[in-house]
Amino acid sequence: MGFLEEVNVKRTLFLVFSLIAVLGISAQPVPGSGMVKGPMGGEATKLTGAGATFPAVLYTKWFSDYVKLTKVEINYQAIGSGGGIKSISDMTVDFGASDGPMTDDQLKAAKGGALLHIPAAMGGVVPTYNLPELAGKANLKFTPDTLAGIYNGDITKWNDPLLVADNPELAAIDKYIAVVHRSDGSGTTNIWTSYLTAVNEKWAKETGAANAVKWPVGLGGKGNEGVAGNVKQTPYTLGYVELAYAKQNKLPVGLVKNSSGNFIAANEDTVSQAAAGVELPADMRVKLVNSSNPKAFPIAGFTWLLAYQTQTDAAKATAVTRMLWWATHDGQAYSSGLDYAPLPVDAIKKAEVLIKSITVAGKPALPASIAK
Amino acid sequence: MAEKKSRTKRRFREEPGDRIFRGLTLGTSVFVILLLIGFVLLLLSDSGESIVKFGLGFLTTSDWNPVETEVNKVAFGALPFIFGTVVTSVIALLLATPIALGSALFVSEYAPKWIGQPIAFIIELLVAIPSVAYGLWGLFVLVPFMRNVVDPFLQGTLGKIPVLGLLFAGPPQGQDLLTAGVILAIMIIPTILSLSREIITQVPKLQKEGMLALGATKWEVLSKAVLPFARGGIIGAAMLGLARAIGETMAVTMVIGNSSTKITPSLFTPGYTIASAISNQFTEADTPMYFSAVVELGLVLLLVASLFNVISRILVNNMAKLPGGAKA
Repeated sequence: MGFLEEVNVKRTLFLVFSLIAVLGISAQPVPGSGMVKGPMGGEATKLTGAGATFPAVLYTKWFSDYVKLTKVEINYQAIGSGGGIKSISDMTVDFGASDGPMTDDQLKAAKGGALLHIPAAMGGVVPTYNLPELAGKANLKFTPDTLAGIYNGDITKWNDPLLVADNPELAAIDKYIAVVHRSDGSGTTNIWTSYLTAVNEKWAKETGAANAVKWPVGLGGKGNEGVAGNVKQTPYTLGYVELAYAKQNKLPVGLVKNSSGNFIAANEDTVSQAAAGVELPADMRVKLVNSSNPKAFPIAGFTWLLAYQTQTDAAKATAVTRMLWWATHDGQAYSSGLDYAPLPVDAIKKAEVLIKSITVAGKPALPASIAK
Repeated sequence: MAEKKSRTKRRFREEPGDRIFRGLTLGTSVFVILLLIGFVLLLLSDSGESIVKFGLGFLTTSDWNPVETEVNKVAFGALPFIFGTVVTSVIALLLATPIALGSALFVSEYAPKWIGQPIAFIIELLVAIPSVAYGLWGLFVLVPFMRNVVDPFLQGTLGKIPVLGLLFAGPPQGQDLLTAGVILAIMIIPTILSLSREIITQVPKLQKEGMLALGATKWEVLSKAVLPFARGGIIGAAMLGLARAIGETMAVTMVIGNSSTKITPSLFTPGYTIASAISNQFTEADTPMYFSAVVELGLVLLLVASLFNVISRILVNNMAKLPGGAKA
């Protein structure tokens, strides 16, 4: 009896696992996956990286699995994009990570020569709000004009005609909008302000896009949790958080009108679409906000790993390039489970070119077995 | 003169161990001073760019804009941060000192030992709570309480008095200078309390018993014998609390609103302190000028703290000299 039960449990587990495996595979196998097969002779077994906090959950999961596969231990410190850029520029880490593309000045200041931006994952930033009257009802719809108007301080009430035009249910809500933004510098803010800069002239002229800006209005909350905490406990607030954070905490999230005029709900797929079917520059330093793809959620961006094109240490160069290859291929399967959006195939193709261009002592650093 | 004599005397009896130990203590104190000097030098060198560009304007202007746009140039003025730091610390001091002093007196003078000691112990436990926990509690409990209960009450009462009412103008949002001051007060009460209690228990028994023998009441003993003796020390305790309030970062950041857009007399305005500005912006200060401005904020914080320290020294010295005052 007990034996039979055990068999049943095993069988159920087997079914569940194979189902997960099938689903995982059916969610698009990335061509080029499975090339990094195990440990490799002559490869450095320790790498250090530092930077963006936004993809830290994904990177932690990646690297804990990567060490099992290759015996290469990767110590990633989520100290923020600014810190990551500074660390890789000063060459105190083997790779950096950033949510915002480096500026030309920053690239010039890098001590080890040309720095490459390897896209690692995509993230979306979503408007979240607290309207007690609408709790549990359909999601609000926002347009570039209403979002920019609110953050510029031009739209101050929830029943503003511009908002009511898309959301008739707001007509009865004669309340001031309490605006919340991030108080700490962050890649989330970079994507949000890049979007507002792209769609609104006044915002572009007066405030601009960066990890931290001079906000015309609003309260600052520290971190996603600070903004979400504010929004949750203060009625009539509007804030913005990462899509992953909003999903995990089940916050009400608004739809946003994209450049083709469609109201889009943010999810891994619509965020990925932001980089699909659009012109991507060879160096991948691109802000994907306000994508021209009609299916794309407009407030999205890459998060990058940063590595020098000309490496000096052969063992580390092999380890870094193999890790980058694995991350941009096999690593993409981890994204959706952790609420990040995977890279679209076009972006992976461009990333491959960048990884293959990394050299050490004049030769390509990526092992030939992978590069072919 | 007498002191000098005793010192020469001691030298005769000095053994090698003494000399080594004296050398060690000298070494440690020099190390601490060098550490401070090194710290200041680093702050100065890293903030050089911003000091040169903005000069004194850094302290007197209130435009803090890290992004260059068509209309707004990059500018770094720390006035709102300095204002926020001073206001919140002073609120904290004004709220915490009477409470801490009152309970210190109760614990050491009124309460029977079996009540007083546990109370003191529990209050001192508050020191061990990490400030991020205070911050989260502040955000989820204190902020709504201030917004829904305390702020409207203040507006309905004190807010109606001319001039004083300016302090309580505007819609209560809960995240403002007052809330930050309140959470700081809660955080520094244990510091002030435990130090004042220590000092109050140092008051010589003879002095108190003498008063009682003269027929003084308990209140007279406290006000004429205990407090004058302890005055200098209590002010010192309050100033230590103030120092903690000035440098406190996480808890304040969570409740102050982090907005540097305006300086108004109203305590219901969201603000920003120097420490929270540094913690918010340091990691992502990605241009050299921005970085150097944030480091200069650290320098300014050091200045503000030492200024408060000087004031407290002067206060302590003056208080100790007043008639009836004894050196603690």
